[in-house]
Amino acid sequence: MKINEIQNQIIEEFSIFTDWMDKYQYIIDLGKNLPIIDEADKKDENLIKGCQSRVWLICSEKDGKLFFKADSDAIITKGIISLLIRVYNEQTPKDILDSNLHFIDAIGLKANLSPTRANGLVSMIKQIKIYALAFAEKDVK
Amino acid sequence: METKNIVENIRKKFPALAQQMNGQPLIYLDNAATSQKPLEVLELLDKMNAKVNANVHRAMYQLSDEATGLYEGARERVRQFINAPDRENIIYTSGTTASINLVAASFCQKYLMKGDVIVITADSHHSNIVPWQLAAERIGAEIRILPIDGRGALRIDMLDKMLDSKVKIVAATHISNVLGIVNPVDKIVQIAHNHNIPVLIDGAQGIVHVHVDVQKMDCDFYAFSAHKIYGATGVGILYGKSRYLNEMPPYMGGGDMVGTVTYQKTSYAPLPLKFEAGTPNFIGASALKPALDFAASVREGEVGEAVKASEQEIIKYMLNALPNEIGEVEVYGLPEGKVSSQASDDTGDKIPLFSFNIKGCNAGDVAQLLDKMGIAVRTGLMCAEPLLNSLGVTSVIRASFAPYNTLDEAKKFIECVKRAKKMLM
Repeated sequence: MKINEIQNQIIEEFSIFTDWMDKYQYIIDLGKNLPIIDEADKKDENLIKGCQSRVWLICSEKDGKLFFKADSDAIITKGIISLLIRVYNEQTPKDILDSNLHFIDAIGLKANLSPTRANGLVSMIKQIKIYALAFAEKDVK
Repeated sequence: METKNIVENIRKKFPALAQQMNGQPLIYLDNAATSQKPLEVLELLDKMNAKVNANVHRAMYQLSDEATGLYEGARERVRQFINAPDRENIIYTSGTTASINLVAASFCQKYLMKGDVIVITADSHHSNIVPWQLAAERIGAEIRILPIDGRGALRIDMLDKMLDSKVKIVAATHISNVLGIVNPVDKIVQIAHNHNIPVLIDGAQGIVHVHVDVQKMDCDFYAFSAHKIYGATGVGILYGKSRYLNEMPPYMGGGDMVGTVTYQKTSYAPLPLKFEAGTPNFIGASALKPALDFAASVREGEVGEAVKASEQEIIKYMLNALPNEIGEVEVYGLPEGKVSSQASDDTGDKIPLFSFNIKGCNAGDVAQLLDKMGIAVRTGLMCAEPLLNSLGVTSVIRASFAPYNTLDEAKKFIECVKRAKKMLM
């Protein structure tokens, strides 16, 4: 599925919730269901800078597509990053770099996060794009 | 009048409390970070911004006189509030942080040499750590820490032995912004003075909850902020004994702090202006008068009794409900004589400030959900990273109450934390 199709799917899923507490419960459940990562991957070099809670993001490439794994000590943060992973997993570095994330605003996520967590969200997206850029450059070489 | 009605009447003075947050009635429990302002304070700020806006101490016209009168009148109110001997002992600063920085810089420059020692308490806020570290680095001095015990109380018993001839100042927290325990500062001063060592008290939280008489306490410096005691942001007070303030070099140079100036040499203005370079936040500072009038009004007479009763009730309720109703909660800073989390009638040296963690729940997650339920609390390191390290945590949730907070709000808070825990577990 293309990045935009996945985003639209997420927007539709969130549209059934009218109350933000329900949206949060959904995000929390996503966080709980995010596959756990190896303790060995929870090392400082995988930590995202600029997040108040600790977030580890690991990226690998297979057949020109990127695969992401992540973990956090905060469950809401974990839920949010699971949405990002869902959007970006199995996409090419080029598609990731060209993408425009509209689902975050559409579901009202950014406006409903505390400023520190909203900054953390920006840092997560930035880190995903940095990985994509690194792999895109590797492909060129 | 009933306690409940008295507290409700106090609430009416605070427009900020009557609003909603995220569609819910605001329950403001971040008073240790900043308190809300009563109408009297808001009205004075409005009046001065709109009309009495003229620089103080300088001009020969009525408006400037009026502004100077309000500014100096507030200084007199501060003097009276903490029972300082003279107005020259009351220095306006931009906050507790600036007050401590002033002493750390000027006092240490005057009285400390390489190899000397500064003693600070383990429960200190970063504002009572970093300024001393900066001074120590400049001079080549050392910092020694007075530790806390298991419940978070200072190990006063260790202080005397720590004070050798190298120690030149003790900087102690009055009430920790994490633990909410009133430290026995009188005793600290007494022990330090036995060794002829002066003491600075970080009173950022202390001034709000305890009646401070600096002459009785006999501390040499006392620092606090206006915005935590119903006043304006960007204003702080440094109380200092004249003998030190006179000998200490100025902290900043500029206008208003001088006697005569030539390009080569300047003589300084007498206290307190020697330490007040530049145009001060005279509007914010003037608001200390109505702010401290309000603070006094909720400590005295029938209102004072009711507020005290209400706070005791909240402390008892919270210390019981946190572990017993929410479950798997660790509370940091329990009152004296209370070694377990079981219910107790004795609130002892505890103020209505509660830092805690719920086992298995991230503090930031809890606060995020509370925000959606209309509750404002603080989470994180609380600007006290070394203290949190010694408690073995990287984050806490802190709910801090003011006289305008009700027992009903405490109950709603506990309900909402329960709901958040259920969602997160």
